[in-house]
Amino acid sequence: MVSLRELTRNELILPGNASCAGCTTNLSIKLALKALGPKTIFVVPACCTSVLQGVFPMNSLNIPVLNIPFASAAAAASGVVAGLRVQGVDDITVVGWAGDGGTVDIGIQALSGAAERGTDFIYVCYDNEAYGNTGMQRSGSTPMGAWTTTTPKGKTEQKKDMPLIMAAHKIPYIATLSPSYPTDFIDKFQKAKEIRGTKYLHILIPCPPGWRTDPEISIELGRLAVQTGAWTLFEIEKGTFSISAPSRPLLNKSNRKPVQAYLEKQGRFRHLTPQETSEIQTKLDETWEYYSKVNQTRLCP
Amino acid sequence: MTLTLVDTGSHVAGLAAQAARAEVIAAYPITPQTAIVELIAELVDSGKMKSQYICVESEHSAMAASVGASASGARTFTATSSHGLAYMHEMLHWASGARLPIVMAVVNRTIGPPWNILPDLSDSISQRDTGWLQFYCSSHQEIFDTIIQAYKICENSKVLLPAMVCFEGFILSHTSMPFTIPDQKQLDSFLPRYKPGWKLDVEDPMAHGTLSSSDYFTELRYLIQEAMENAKQLIPAVDKEYADKFGLPYHGGLLEIVSCDDAEIIVVSMGTIGSDAKVAVEKLRDKRYRAGSVRIRSFRPFPIEEIKKTCERAEAIVVIDRAISFGMEGQLSTEIQRALYDVKDRPLVMNFIAGIGGRDVTEKDIEEMATHTLKCAKEGKIDQKLTWYGLRT
Repeated sequence: MVSLRELTRNELILPGNASCAGCTTNLSIKLALKALGPKTIFVVPACCTSVLQGVFPMNSLNIPVLNIPFASAAAAASGVVAGLRVQGVDDITVVGWAGDGGTVDIGIQALSGAAERGTDFIYVCYDNEAYGNTGMQRSGSTPMGAWTTTTPKGKTEQKKDMPLIMAAHKIPYIATLSPSYPTDFIDKFQKAKEIRGTKYLHILIPCPPGWRTDPEISIELGRLAVQTGAWTLFEIEKGTFSISAPSRPLLNKSNRKPVQAYLEKQGRFRHLTPQETSEIQTKLDETWEYYSKVNQTRLCP
Repeated sequence: MTLTLVDTGSHVAGLAAQAARAEVIAAYPITPQTAIVELIAELVDSGKMKSQYICVESEHSAMAASVGASASGARTFTATSSHGLAYMHEMLHWASGARLPIVMAVVNRTIGPPWNILPDLSDSISQRDTGWLQFYCSSHQEIFDTIIQAYKICENSKVLLPAMVCFEGFILSHTSMPFTIPDQKQLDSFLPRYKPGWKLDVEDPMAHGTLSSSDYFTELRYLIQEAMENAKQLIPAVDKEYADKFGLPYHGGLLEIVSCDDAEIIVVSMGTIGSDAKVAVEKLRDKRYRAGSVRIRSFRPFPIEEIKKTCERAEAIVVIDRAISFGMEGQLSTEIQRALYDVKDRPLVMNFIAGIGGRDVTEKDIEEMATHTLKCAKEGKIDQKLTWYGLRT
């Protein structure tokens, strides 16, 4: 495990950028780029990162970035990878960096294609569970019960399980991350950098304006998500599923905090009845039964 | 070594991509473009092309991957048709806005519904305003030459825009004609290795395509217009240089002009109808009509001054459109009339919509359109300015 003391002090995302107060995307970019280093190219579709880069001629990212339309991050990244390879360059990490809408909804086709082709790149879904840039509309990644501007009474459907969809593509490395666990986070990026082929990293992004929370509790929310099991840190390496250290104690049900502790901090869940909260808890327990069953086993033949 | 071959128009396009040393090809199959990408896949697989071939899962991704590849500094080629081109629409704007000199073969096919795989120009003409150069070819030799020339023009630092090299499906893509491939070494000296205007560079990191305010946007768009004007200067020069260097026919630069000096009636068209128009003009001349033909080779940039100069003295102009802007008329017709607007005694312009969805347009049809139009002009009796030629009622 990486020690934070050993990490480079070189910052590839600059302060004073356009991210919201308490934004964990900003923090995630900071940690990701500490792990990946300056020989990294980001391909960014429409998402909050299109904004937090800054408005021309200001730019807060100290790596090359190709901004690209919404549906096309993985495809454009495929082109960058092919272009670099044909020019004999293979020491640059190409990263598709997309929000949840750009990944699980409009971008899923291009991502599926790139993964099926085994494109040698890291695809990152930074997931604040709604279309944040456009004012918090529902996405396929919005969890059940959550208020958004297009689910005024709370979403009635479940969150799309993108990491497992990616597992079905039989790519070499998949991981879920939280910037509230920086060493686990950096370890996973460093590991992904060393593996050839398509790597899929999915980060849960507490989002103060979208989740209706105070900016100062973003890190705490990330921890609560993991401690309640609402967000599980795991890896799927060459098809084998394994729960990561921060989430491992939760395999014992008694170590799981009630999901209520995570939900009650967020305005987007404020309308939930005790009955609805209990349904969310039930679904979550079922998910954990599944995780317990598949932990340390191969998911896909 | 110079080679003269007989092959299909699709293969000509694939061989031109090889001769241009395209480094990345990202493509998705669609009839009638498929033979191009099949040939390129074979050439890459056998090592005859030292390129990266990306079998993308859609045309939207084909153009996105092309943008990514070109942005990384690689010479990039793709090909599509019809719905595939329509599906790329958003990315077409991105390619030109990002100033990336991608070259794309567009094998023209109409757009459904109803399904129809046959040619007309409605697919590429409906992408007219995306900031791409658009060339229309009338022969296999012209397809080959135009793809090579397109790279030379587009990669010029005064242009840096992408180009579509369009030719009609089946009429050119699936028929065989002889054509000449110049010596590769000489081609390499004509079209040297691509030196990108900008690229994704870890030594000089920049964010490309980032948010920009209205303070800059107008100027960025103006630069595209300026680049188009620069291309207008370059297109004839590059066509001439190519013809001289390789001893191949000059295609006319922006437009191919035949027998227009003394013409009373001029047929204006694009693509293969332009080839038939040349035959029609000969036959009309035999019948003592002073007929001429203008085949628009570069639709974007549009040769407005050249058209004015060529057509202003004629009595009448026939514009044949293999496409229609519904609720208006043929797009070429509108543009020709714009070109002639400043002429004091303007010739009569009549527009014929013909060849839609693959319907045949013969040299006899063109003769009929021309004589009818000239008759209208001479008698001062104009029944209708827009005619759907051969329309069954």
